[in-house]
Amino acid sequence: MLKDITFGQYFPGDSVIHKLDPRMKLILIVAYIVLLFVADGLFSLLIGTLMLGVIYSMSKLPWKLVIKCIKPIMPIIIFTAVLNIFFVEGEPLFEWWIISVSKKGVLTAVLMCIRIICLIAGSSLLTYTTTPIALTDGLERLMKPLQKIKVPVHELSMMMTIALRFIPTLIDETQKIMAAQKARGADMESGNVIQKAKALIPILIPLFVSAFRRADELALAMECRCYHGGEGRTRMKQLKLTSLDWVAAAFITVGFAAVILMNKFGPEVFRL
Amino acid sequence: MIKGFKMAKKKFIEANSISFSYPSYDGIIPPLILDGTSISIEEGEFMAVLGHNGSGKSTLAKHFNAILIPTEGKVSVNGTETSNEAKLFEIRQEVGMVFQNPDNQIVATIIEEDVAFALENLGVPPEEIRKRVDDALKKVDMYDYRLHAPNQLSGGQKQRIAIAGIIAMRPKCIVLDEPTAMLDPKGRREVMSTIKQLNEEMGITVVLITHYMDEAAMCNRVVIVDEGKVIMDSTPREVFGNVEEIKKRMLDVPQVTELCHELKKEGFDLPDCVLNEEECVEALEKLLKGGVWNG
Repeated sequence: MLKDITFGQYFPGDSVIHKLDPRMKLILIVAYIVLLFVADGLFSLLIGTLMLGVIYSMSKLPWKLVIKCIKPIMPIIIFTAVLNIFFVEGEPLFEWWIISVSKKGVLTAVLMCIRIICLIAGSSLLTYTTTPIALTDGLERLMKPLQKIKVPVHELSMMMTIALRFIPTLIDETQKIMAAQKARGADMESGNVIQKAKALIPILIPLFVSAFRRADELALAMECRCYHGGEGRTRMKQLKLTSLDWVAAAFITVGFAAVILMNKFGPEVFRL
Repeated sequence: MIKGFKMAKKKFIEANSISFSYPSYDGIIPPLILDGTSISIEEGEFMAVLGHNGSGKSTLAKHFNAILIPTEGKVSVNGTETSNEAKLFEIRQEVGMVFQNPDNQIVATIIEEDVAFALENLGVPPEEIRKRVDDALKKVDMYDYRLHAPNQLSGGQKQRIAIAGIIAMRPKCIVLDEPTAMLDPKGRREVMSTIKQLNEEMGITVVLITHYMDEAAMCNRVVIVDEGKVIMDSTPREVFGNVEEIKKRMLDVPQVTELCHELKKEGFDLPDCVLNEEECVEALEKLLKGGVWNG
């Protein structure tokens, strides 16, 4: 059960998308999300969808991953769609009893669904093709200017790194503790929700105790290796923007321009 | 003559009658963990520190790289006092430390990044870090694993990574606090041969805290600590030769030493102190071939 938790959901590969600089990927994904909301009609939004399709096929990831990442948010999509269909007022398309469905409502619902799907699929693509550690690294470097306004950027990324490092270790430990408590007759499967929650206590307490002990030892080991915060620290791996990154940036820019042009000069149908 | 030879070597770590206790809390005066201990370690030595739990051996080790500062007395590393905070990082770079649990010393999610950690902290330029990391990984024979995640490795491999993370700093001395206590026999052998190699090939001074007597027998000096004091300090042959005295201190001698000691007590003709399996086999062979039973 615990083994199914994959953190970061990275899928190894060596496609061009995998090779992009994490900083560029982060910036471009933000740009892409903005693009999705700038698009105000079905045709402009289709450009956005098409772009995502191109990027996905370049990443050489199996297409079923798209479905996998959409699945958990399906209820939200359906909820949004229903809400928009029935509650957006406008020229009625269909009326029955107190329910009225407007043309605008249907269009809004369709656009919203496409947007959410593209947004989730796009940002999942980021975590699918980037290792968590590269992501943390990219974030640290992008947020570096924030250090001037006293945001503890280095500390935050160090915390992230250590958390990522210890997730497998602590999962292992949890399993051991569960086995140990079961051997002592702990019952974790039966009972209602409250009883099950109570059964977690004998697992969580030893887990916390051991996590604190680990933290203590790790801090000592870090001190022995001259750790003294982010000041004066260098990095072994330097991130470098390659021509590949600029091509990617150009691709998104062109897509952005196409969406704006489509907004301005595209057909007037299916618009909000 | 032997004394003259010893004087020629440079004293690297010197502890001068140091005492240590944790600060008092709630009016309770804590016991002295170290009680006027003096010890000096020479460059290139391979020293074992023995003592049972709570004897103060780990506390003593933590004084060697300024993790703890003695409440009384002085510790100096290569001529620098450990109480000198301005030189803290220099001292820690010269004296590295490896702990018992390999899982709790690895910081990064990728092996090579972890080995680079100390160098990144010291502000070494990136190209130099790369070079030193590769060097260190090759020295502990883990270069092929540089892109793995720590949780994919065995205990012995993880411990060797922890050692690589220290030797990347190019220290003159490594203090290892029970590095093999959590490992299986295979891991123990791997780690011990790595440590031995570092001492012999790179001339790194090794201070090995251990519970395993056969590991101590591999060193060229054995120090026994009890109740915060150094009570024995000599070559393994001399220390383990004194089987009765060590037993009185609730410690063990290597199995082969004990075997030969017991046989000798029964009247068999065996050498005074046997330290390792090879010596033991040789002595027993000689005894059996001779076919002379003294008993």
